[in-house]
Amino acid sequence: MTTTLLPRNPIGRKILDKSVKGLSVAASLLGIFFLGWILMEVTNRGIAAINWDFFTELPAPPGEETVGLSSAIVGTLLMTVIAVVVGVPVGILSGVFLSEVARGTRLANAIRFCINVLMGVPSIIIGLFVYTILVLPLGQFSGFAGAISLAVIMLPVVARTTDDMLVLVPNALRESALALGTPKWRVTFDIVLRAAKTGMTTGVLLAIARVSGETAPLLFTSLNSVYMPESLMEPTSNLTVTIFNYAMSPYADWQQMAWGASLLIMISVLSVTIFARAAFKERTR
Amino acid sequence: MATSNNSSSSSGSSGNGAKKPLGDIIYAGLTRGAAGAVILLSIGIVLSLAGNSWPAIVKFGASFISSTTWNPVMSEFGALSSIAGTLISTIIAMAIAVPLAVIIAFFLVELAHPVISKPVGYAIELLAAVPSIIYGMWGLFVFAPFMADYIQPALQRWFGFLPFFEGPPMGIGMLSAGIILALMVLPFITAVMRDVFQMVPSVVKEASYGMGSTTLEVAREVTVKYGFSGLIGAVFLGLGRAVGETMAVTFVIGNSHDISVSLYAAGNTIASTLANEFTEAAEPMYISALIELGLVLFLMTLVIQVLAQWWIARTQKKAGAGL
Repeated sequence: MTTTLLPRNPIGRKILDKSVKGLSVAASLLGIFFLGWILMEVTNRGIAAINWDFFTELPAPPGEETVGLSSAIVGTLLMTVIAVVVGVPVGILSGVFLSEVARGTRLANAIRFCINVLMGVPSIIIGLFVYTILVLPLGQFSGFAGAISLAVIMLPVVARTTDDMLVLVPNALRESALALGTPKWRVTFDIVLRAAKTGMTTGVLLAIARVSGETAPLLFTSLNSVYMPESLMEPTSNLTVTIFNYAMSPYADWQQMAWGASLLIMISVLSVTIFARAAFKERTR
Repeated sequence: MATSNNSSSSSGSSGNGAKKPLGDIIYAGLTRGAAGAVILLSIGIVLSLAGNSWPAIVKFGASFISSTTWNPVMSEFGALSSIAGTLISTIIAMAIAVPLAVIIAFFLVELAHPVISKPVGYAIELLAAVPSIIYGMWGLFVFAPFMADYIQPALQRWFGFLPFFEGPPMGIGMLSAGIILALMVLPFITAVMRDVFQMVPSVVKEASYGMGSTTLEVAREVTVKYGFSGLIGAVFLGLGRAVGETMAVTFVIGNSHDISVSLYAAGNTIASTLANEFTEAAEPMYISALIELGLVLFLMTLVIQVLAQWWIARTQKKAGAGL
């Protein structure tokens, strides 16, 4: 037993206590140090690439004077928006099903299990799955497939948040509304969902933040492109795959652009995250 | 009917003439459809991965997971190096992240004043929000050179007699991938462990303090024991993340299909192989073998998930019994 190896006299116990306390302070500082290091490096290296052209010009071969990532920015926004439009309603509705329609049934437990499994599926596997159902049959990499794979990643997160938040709504609210003769669907949409609005908004925003920085599911669905997206049925330019391609290239100016794109992605993701958390705290106080 | 006016703002917008059955029928249909979509997705992932990897399963059989040959030119595929790489990088990551997470959670809950623990906890949660491609960029251009210049030579000087630290310090390789992976899963594990520690009733802790225990002893004997099942849950969560993490690993692992004892050598994981090779694969058998790799990874995460949920269900049943 390890217990017997530890000092039993008061001084030894105190020394051990103090040293572990010191260690825990050091470990926490280490965590913060790495966060600071990453933020600092990305900011320092990325800021040089960001100028007006970065937002307005198209990607160009290495060596060109005016280069930008306008097409990738548009593509990422486009796919994220479509993912939200597809993933959020389906996620909310299935969360409603779990909490309001089928609460406590075996079916609900089975679906809850599926949702937990889906949440644990690595995003690259989601990309692979969408490749087999959308890219292979259509014979075409497409922004549509990319958006769908992002939606598939969002869906279980939103469903789980909805389920968790709706359970917190007191039953008295539902019962009083039902007692007044309100139809079930209006109880859900006008009373229950409204009561859980803050928590759900936070959950949805966090899901959006996560999805907008995803790379792996886009690698074999939307692929990448240097052109401004014109149709969703063709390979679609996006920031994260561009970062991957540029970073792996031997050209210094492409790597520079990759840092710029990283900074842009990092700032957007972190600000959505911080905003979502701040909004949640404000309301619950 | 009095139904129409009990919700204040939206009563004007939606047509309240709809009879109760109709609205409820649509409502039931939509929610059922969404729930059906969830089931369909779960089954669809299994079926599509299994179906598309079938040619490779038939051709290579069990040798797919026991062979180390990965030769796209000869159309010979064995996944052992990818599976081993996935396991090794995950083990390195967990070996670093779990102790760190326990000790940081201990600091946040037991030691730090709220003025400090709140922002520190917040910073650690932000680490979790940073997209994995950022970790990849930072890992490849900042951390790998740092490893090659400082950490790896130092490790070689002190532990050079071990086979794990042989070979030239290149920065990229299994060790760097494991460390970056640790950094990525650390915030997830820490956040859950902190919540677990916070749920321990203070009465129990105070009782132990009253007996003259030091802070460490309270944490070891009371907090950790009380929240043990929650801590295991946190470990499972981190495990699931580490196994499937793609971009951060792909940037720094070096992408070689050789298995090496040295952690300085380049390696690969299932996810990094998929990220690197999938778009270049043209041969149907190559694609099929890559999808079978994906199936293997999916099954790994499924096992972790099922174990985790079984564990949670088991401890929830026991929870009524107290400590």
